[in-house]
Amino acid sequence: MNDHPFNRPTALGLALCASLTLGVAASNADDGIAKGDTSGKTIAFSNSYAGNSFRQVMIKSFESMAAQAVKDKLIAGSAVVSSNNSVTEQAAQIQNLILQGYSAIIVLAGSDTALNGAIKDACNAGIVVVAFASGVTEKCAYVVDYNLDSYAKAELDFVASKLGEKPLNILEIRGIAGDGFERRLHEGVEKMLKQHPAYKPVGQVYGQWTATVAQKEVAGILPSLPSIDAVLTQGGDGYGAAQAFKAAGRKLPIIIMGNREDELALWKQERDANGYETFSLGATPSVSQVAFWVAQQILAGKTVPKFVEVPLLQIYQPDLDAWLKTVPKGGVVNAEYPQDLVAKIIDANVDKQPLPSVSAPK
Amino acid sequence: MSDAARWSGLRAGRQRLRDAADIALPATALVVMLAVIFWIRPAAMSYFGFSLLFKLSTPLMFAALAQMLVIMLGDIDLSNGAFVGLVTCISALYLGPQPMLAVALFLLAIAAYAGFGLLIHVRQLPSIIVTLGLSFVWLGCGVTLLPGPGGTAPDWLIGFMNWRPPLMPLPIWLAILAALAGHFVISRSSYGAVLRGAGGNPRTLQRAGWSIAAVKTGVYAAAGALACLAGVLLTGLTTSGDPNVAPAYTLLGVGAVILGGGSFSGGFVSPIGTVIGALTLSIAGSLLSFVQVPPTWQIGAQGVILFLVLAGRVLLSEKAP
Repeated sequence: MNDHPFNRPTALGLALCASLTLGVAASNADDGIAKGDTSGKTIAFSNSYAGNSFRQVMIKSFESMAAQAVKDKLIAGSAVVSSNNSVTEQAAQIQNLILQGYSAIIVLAGSDTALNGAIKDACNAGIVVVAFASGVTEKCAYVVDYNLDSYAKAELDFVASKLGEKPLNILEIRGIAGDGFERRLHEGVEKMLKQHPAYKPVGQVYGQWTATVAQKEVAGILPSLPSIDAVLTQGGDGYGAAQAFKAAGRKLPIIIMGNREDELALWKQERDANGYETFSLGATPSVSQVAFWVAQQILAGKTVPKFVEVPLLQIYQPDLDAWLKTVPKGGVVNAEYPQDLVAKIIDANVDKQPLPSVSAPK
Repeated sequence: MSDAARWSGLRAGRQRLRDAADIALPATALVVMLAVIFWIRPAAMSYFGFSLLFKLSTPLMFAALAQMLVIMLGDIDLSNGAFVGLVTCISALYLGPQPMLAVALFLLAIAAYAGFGLLIHVRQLPSIIVTLGLSFVWLGCGVTLLPGPGGTAPDWLIGFMNWRPPLMPLPIWLAILAALAGHFVISRSSYGAVLRGAGGNPRTLQRAGWSIAAVKTGVYAAAGALACLAGVLLTGLTTSGDPNVAPAYTLLGVGAVILGGGSFSGGFVSPIGTVIGALTLSIAGSLLSFVQVPPTWQIGAQGVILFLVLAGRVLLSEKAP
């Protein structure tokens, strides 16, 4: 009766009670894993689209983590609903999840704004809403997302750590023209380049996050370019860029990789042949697990900021072999985000500390 | 004389029976689905539950009524969903700060709808081609106005959609009002007979001295107005505009019309049936999330439900005398 989601005052009272008891039990209730009892809670995942491999892995990551949490008596149950890229349908599904009495809903929104009404309804019913990997604008929702400035910063920081602050020629490979993710990442690159005044952006191509397109585009622009020292990428384009440099008979510059299997395999091959060094980073489909634990931790009484930045999965030279073994042929590196790691991520966001990195597989 | 009167009385009675049978199927499907949902989640059987379950069916219902008018003429409208998307963009951008401009744009859009209706009639063009093309025009206009989803619905509109009228939730009131209004205009009034005739038997109508062009233009204008209403209401629900918000309305609307007893041959449509059909189709999606169908099966399962209900409709109409 206590967790009846339609009854806001009761839910609020319960949360208050939980935080009070927590406050007594732990001296600093805000650090680490919140231990409030969530064994009676349920968490649903409203997904806008299930029709590609990235989303399939995303759903499986959520389901496996939720099943484990149910086994560990951390939650009572979970559900996944997917709409076929129809925003009105996703809104209807969120309304249904409210009716079904879920304690929390995590949302991968098909539209940044069109679900605002449904999300507001959920919040009004006392349900915790966590939106991830999409820019939902409704203020009552928690947002879990990457910061694309950090993406650009990590790329340039690596280049600086290897080559230092001297005049360098930089080639930037962008995504698909007009895409929101692409634009934000490019803006991050422009912003971060200002901190490295010696670096000179000498060219830009649209690689569409695809090896073949990137290869064609880079091959097209290379003859007009001076020698390139570093290539900034957006993921999926590193392998193609490397092929273009090889075909032109040029020395491989630092090409930042994007956690794809073909990119890591090429990196390993070049490293074994001539000690090539680079760095790889990217988003992971298992960001759904971060959203899941953020929702669980909010239910458990943890103080969570409205925006939780998720660390990008970064791969450095020493861990290359370990990561490469975990990636399926043609796939993307994925990682598990267990409860304690997510609690650390939340703490780092609260304390404005550097985000913890995902540790390499053993 | 008395024989003829009795005969026509009998025919009217049989017609009414057919109407009832047309509505019975979607109504039964609706009741069954609701029963399953309430069985799984009794808490949903409340004022709050009904308003959440049917909230998003309100705009679909008006979009389906717009589609019904076009199908009544023997045409089909593939631009309906994109048009609703365009209207959400206009509403989210202008309805709050510049209501007069918004209304002017709505009128312009409705006039364009009517104009294309006239074009289809005068040039005897297949409506399926013209409206398919138009759907891209509307989408293009929407994207030009609002390149990404955004804007805000005016507060009075959001307030209206969240209004809690006495006795029954707002979506149910609107459904009843729309069904009754449609019923009296289309199925009962003498003018309604003319409208249905324009689709079912235009020659006779022409001989009786009516201008088919005028009737068709008027019906297309009314369809545009209803689609406008759907878009405005949808904006109130989502609180923002998005050109890609409602492409599914096109085919769900057609489904609702056919489910509710309409026929592609023109002339036969039922406003009450269409409204119930729209409610049924929007509940079909909800049902799946209540029975927890695995996500990978949901899209397919929704198609199966649609197919089953529509197949039931075809079977029923074959058995009817």
